[in-house]
This record gives sequence, structure tokens and C-alpha cells, in this order.
Amino acid sequence: MTAIPIRDFLLLAPEIFLAVAGMAMLVAGSYGRDNGGNGHRGCSVCAVAALAMTGGLVFWLQGGREVPEVILSGMFVLDGYAFFWKILLLIAATLTIFLSERFVAEGGYRPGEYYALILFATTGMLLMVSGFNLLSIWISLELMALSSYILAGYFKHQLKSTEAALKYFVLGALSSGILLYGVSLLYGATGTLELAGLSDALSLAVAAGDGQVLVALGWLLLAMGLFFKVAVVPFHVWTPDVYVGAPTPITSFLAIASKAASFAVLVRIFYQGLAFLTPDWQWLTAALATITMIWGNLAALTQKNVKRMLAYSSIAHAGYVLIGVLTATEDGQWAVLFYLAAYTFITAGAFGTVVLLERRAYAGETYEDYAGLARRAPFLAASMMIFLLALTGIPPTGGFVGKIYLFAAAVEAGWVWVAVVGVLTSAISLYYYMGLIVQMYLKDAEDTTPEPLYAPGLLATVGLCAVITVLLGLLPGPLIELAKGSLLPLP
Amino acid sequence: MEFLTAHGPALLFYLFAAMALGSAVLVVTMRNPMYGALSLLVSFLSVAVLFFLRNAEFVAVVQIFVYGGGIMVLFLFVIMLINLHRLHEVRMFAQSAPLGILVGVLLVALFVFSFVGVGFGPALATPENMVSVEGQAAGNSEAVAWLLYRQYLLPFEVASVFLLVAMVGAVILGRRN
Repeated sequence: MTAIPIRDFLLLAPEIFLAVAGMAMLVAGSYGRDNGGNGHRGCSVCAVAALAMTGGLVFWLQGGREVPEVILSGMFVLDGYAFFWKILLLIAATLTIFLSERFVAEGGYRPGEYYALILFATTGMLLMVSGFNLLSIWISLELMALSSYILAGYFKHQLKSTEAALKYFVLGALSSGILLYGVSLLYGATGTLELAGLSDALSLAVAAGDGQVLVALGWLLLAMGLFFKVAVVPFHVWTPDVYVGAPTPITSFLAIASKAASFAVLVRIFYQGLAFLTPDWQWLTAALATITMIWGNLAALTQKNVKRMLAYSSIAHAGYVLIGVLTATEDGQWAVLFYLAAYTFITAGAFGTVVLLERRAYAGETYEDYAGLARRAPFLAASMMIFLLALTGIPPTGGFVGKIYLFAAAVEAGWVWVAVVGVLTSAISLYYYMGLIVQMYLKDAEDTTPEPLYAPGLLATVGLCAVITVLLGLLPGPLIELAKGSLLPLP
Repeated sequence: MEFLTAHGPALLFYLFAAMALGSAVLVVTMRNPMYGALSLLVSFLSVAVLFFLRNAEFVAVVQIFVYGGGIMVLFLFVIMLINLHRLHEVRMFAQSAPLGILVGVLLVALFVFSFVGVGFGPALATPENMVSVEGQAAGNSEAVAWLLYRQYLLPFEVASVFLLVAMVGAVILGRRN
């Protein structure tokens, strides 16, 4: 147990910088007395600048590593895998801030704390994906989760927002408890929390006989906690209410950043910490992926509210990503990275469209509110169509490429039936995504149908997401190469 | 007498573990919140005794100071400040109560059956390594400090950001606009 060298703290600079930026934002935000207008604009510009500088630091200090480096007495790892996720998460947080433009100001809520909490949540995510010890992963996950609970309830004058925060908090706390209990059982069986040595220690504990029970219960509880965070059936019950009640930019944040970070941690724990138990977690994941794809898509069929439909769609997509996780092959792993990266842009764009149509008190969220959108706002309707096609998995979009590679990896690894369920449920999903496209292009607007908000910045963000979605469909090569260079060693 | 010296620690463990669990049940079932809060105090103190029995003196004392002292005072203040008689009762989870009880009983059964007869192996933290730093004898609090500020420095610092977020969140959600 030697002292920690100064160099380790320097390598941690991106995370430290982002946390300090969040604190500075809190202090600066408390000086502005007005709740809207310029203060809001200033805060969002500062937040984006902080995220960009963090990205620069990540590139400078943590990028370009062939061999993983473990620092801070085994708590924190720098590898290509963590680097990929950090860049993706910073982009996701930036998109969230772009989507928040005008939204928070119109509700009359203070901007400083809002952006500070997004920065704190992002700090937690960056620490999470680099965590190499179950304890440091858990506390970083909690930092992300606690900030998200508060953000979900940020519209505290809206009952639905408060309800969302409360449900998210209670169920999130329960799942954290379950996760931590699993971790404590694994620690009891092995005496270690470090991912590097956990797998070998597990095999020793199981060989010793009595350890079997502790290990079995421990990893099951740990996996349950992780599955809750990525919202997989049957641990998904919180998702629809929270996604509908939370401020829409935050819904997008939960669906892209929170989900991506949780998947990053899930894959790292499964592949590195629980490598010894690979066949076990493969079967569990296969079973959950199957019910998640089926239930998520069937439940989305009956929804009348677009945000709720997107919530169930996000549950279903967690199922598709699990297909790649369970293969435990290189192809499956980079397919997961590619899919979640594409999904980030697709989902941010889709929720951006919802933001543009939304009015106070959650008006403008039903399917009918989208009627005749193609005539009233052709650009917005075309973008939304691209996102919906990508979510279904229709070419030429990033969603199509991602799904193809996920299914191909599963077939290659011998999990044909899971891939078949994936293809069939994608066909089901065509129905509800098409329902919205039909509303936009074939139905006529009523007098009561809301006009889309005029917000150039938001519109540009949605357009950018649409362009990237199409580009990833036409030229997926560079991102695939990037993902292939960021893999974890196989279990 | 011989029986007591041989099994004394085990008897104490079962006694205080039962007290901790029993008073935790009372916290949930007591109708008067003041009694509930006092049961919670008994539960905290019993857990502190369990820590003492495991030679974790530092954690035990912190448990009494922070939970038994600080947090209990806060609870009692809140109970005194809000007028509980004016809150009307709402039965929130009446519908799902049977299902909840079923799941709870099943879980307890699972854990009891799994752990009966399982040897947990030697304790990871023996009395010796709770009071030694790099092989040298030191106090329990010193041993904890070495772990906390060296090996577990990163989680420790992340926890401080976490607490800051919790504080900010409480202010945001509690403040009148």
C-alpha cells in the first residue's frame, strides 16, 4: 500500500475538471437573479464549453493507449474501451444541453443548478466507465443516478415530474441496494473487489465448495442491479412513467447517456469481473433479451403518447443491445459499441422533435399532435421520419447497420434463436413507428394541433442528428473501425 | 461459566442481531412516529455493538456518533416540526400488498435456505489486520485512515461530490420559487 503518485491525479484531470466546472456553475448560477433570458444562454454556453474542454483533456491524457493502465491503487483503468465511452458520453451530454435550450427558461426554472447537475451526472458517468473496482464503479453509478433523480424532478410545479422523480428515486435506491448486496456477497466469497482478480478468485471460491452459494447469489443480485439501470424487462417498470414525467431533454439524457454508461459498466463487469461465469450470464442475458424485445415492442403498440412510445422503444432497444452483449465475441462487442453510438444520435434527435412540439403542461405529446406535420414543418417531419426508420432498422440509416451487425454476431456465435426473435420483433415495431409517420404525412392537422416551436438552435441539433443517422447508414466504416479498436479482452 | 466464556461472543451476536432486526421491524409498524424514531435508535445502537464484536471499534463509534447522534436528532426535529396530526392517512399500496408479502416471504426463504449450513470461511478482516498498518501495530482508526486515504481514495472523493449533489438537490426540490 504505497502512496498514490501525483501522476495518477494528473491522469484523472478530465474528471476532476468536469466536477470543478459543475461546482463553478453552481456558484456562478447563484449570482444571476433572473430565471430566463441571458442567464440561461450563458449557463448553457459555459456547460458546453466545459464538456468540450473535458473532451480535449480526455484526448490529451487518456487517449491512444494500446495497453490498459490501472491507476489510483487499482480503482481506475485507462483503456481504449473507456476512451470510446467517454467521448460518446460527452457528446450525449452536449446534445442534451442543446435540447435544453429555451425549455428550462420557458418553465421559469433556474438554469445554473440544472446545467451543474448535468455536469455532475456526466462526471459520474466518466468515472463509471473507467471504474476497475466494484466499489468505485458503484459510487460513481450513484453519483450519476442521484443527479438524474433530481433532474427528473426539476419541473417541480408539475405533478408528473415530481412523480417521475419519486418513482425513479425509490426504485433506483432499491436497485442500488440490491446491487450493493450482491457486491458484498461476492466480497465475502472472494475477499476482493477488483475486477482484475475477481474472476480467478471466483473460480477458487466455487472450487472450495461452500463458496458456490455465495457466488451464485452474489452475481445474480449484482446482475439484477445492473439490468435495472439499463431498464431490461422485468426490471423496467420505472421507465415509462419516468420518461414521460421528466423534462424531455432529461428523458433524452436518461435514454442515451445514462443507458450507454450503464451498458458500458455492465459489459465491463460481465466480461472482466465475471469472466469465470460466462456461460451462466450468457443464458440469463439471452432469456432477458428475449422477453425484453417481445414485451417492449408489444407494449409500445398500444401507446397514445409519443414520449411513452419512445420509452417502450428504448426498453426494446436495450433488449437488442443485450444480444450483442451475450455473444461474448469481438464481433458482438463492437456491434454493441456501434449500436449504442448510433442510438445516441437517433434518440437525441427523436426527443428533440418532441421538445419542439411540446407545450407547457405536457401538451403536444399525443400521436394526434403530429398530424399534418409534413405540411406545417417539412424539415422537422423528414428528420423525425429518419429517426423512426432508424429505430425500426430500415436502410439507409445507422439503426439498420447496427441491427444487422448485432444479429449477425449472434448468428455467428450460435445464438440463432435470439437473433430470430430480434428480427421478428423489429417487424412488430414497424407498426407503431409507421403509425407516427402516417400521422405526419397522411393526416391533416386540426385547428387545435399545436404549431412547432421556432428555435433555430434546436432545429439545427435535430437536423445534425438526422444527418449523422443517415451518414452512419451510408458510411459506417469509420465508426466500426473506431469501435473495433476499443474492445475489452474477451471473457 | 465455561459455556459462557466459550460461546459468549456468539451469544452476544445473536442477542444484538435479534434486537437490531426486531427494532427495525418496529420502525415500520409503530403508528406513533416518535416511537418509530426511538426504535430506529435502538436498531442503530445494536448494529454498533455488532461492529464492536467484530473488532471494528472505529466504525462502531462512528455509527453511534453519526447515526445515533446526528441523524437521530434530525429525525426527531423533523417529527416535531411537521404536524403529523393534520396529515390524513392514505393507503397507497393496499392493492399490491399480498403480492409484496408473497415476494418478500419467497426472498427470505431463498436466502435462509441458501445460507443454512454454508460455511462462510475464515473472516477476511481478522482482529490483527484491523489494527496494523504495513505490518506495524497501530490503532483501529489509523488502520481505517490508511485504507480510506490510500487504497480507497478515489471512491472516498467521489462520495464527497455525491454528498454535494445530494445537498444541492435537497435545496432545489425544497425551495419555494
